[in-house]
Amino acid sequence: MTYEIIALYAVSFCLVVGAIFTLVGAIGLLKFNDSMTRLHAPTKVGTVGVGALLLASIIYNGVFLDGAVQELLIMGFLFVTAPISAHFIAKVNMHNGACDTPPDLPENEEWATFDLPAGDNDLLPKGSTSNT
Amino acid sequence: MTLATDLMNYALIGAFVVVGLCQLMAMVRVVIGPSTGDRILALDTMVVNAIGLIVLMGLAQGTRIYFEASLIIAMLGFVSTVSYARFVLRGDIIE
Repeated sequence: MTYEIIALYAVSFCLVVGAIFTLVGAIGLLKFNDSMTRLHAPTKVGTVGVGALLLASIIYNGVFLDGAVQELLIMGFLFVTAPISAHFIAKVNMHNGACDTPPDLPENEEWATFDLPAGDNDLLPKGSTSNT
Repeated sequence: MTLATDLMNYALIGAFVVVGLCQLMAMVRVVIGPSTGDRILALDTMVVNAIGLIVLMGLAQGTRIYFEASLIIAMLGFVSTVSYARFVLRGDIIE
């Protein structure tokens, strides 16, 4: 009896935390004024926001249904794939020139984002010596 | 018991409203996004919000049958984000 009441309070707390962090991420996505800055805000949604909602589901299923922690799979998948998609979106922003250009690399290297597939076919890309 | 149940019901309704509002805000960013990267980021956020909404719906109905749907949507969201970004970066998805 007391155990279930504590579980209900914990589920309510996790729901409120998840909703607050989702709202913070959406407001940041809408209000920031630079592409790279906007990239920063929705990471809160992917980690803490959905993580707290899934934790609420885990607690509720563990107390009131037959307990299973399969939601940990979704949480782990989101935690693993969020940096990869953020990395790709940052490369898209660099490619579109939506941010400051990164500094020049030494040794005539090129940033991998600006490496074009046509340049990959040549043995010596434009004006640079192979240093690999 | 009834106070805690009422509290959880109110928290569930509030979470539904807030996550749906966040979905609408991400849709606004998809529409007005100045560059392609903003639109890809907003679509990624919409996928994550959709996972949250499905988890909330499973919690409201007291079932666990929505777990597979949210897992599949998580995988499809990651793959679609990466393929959009690859298309912008390389002009082709699979080189």
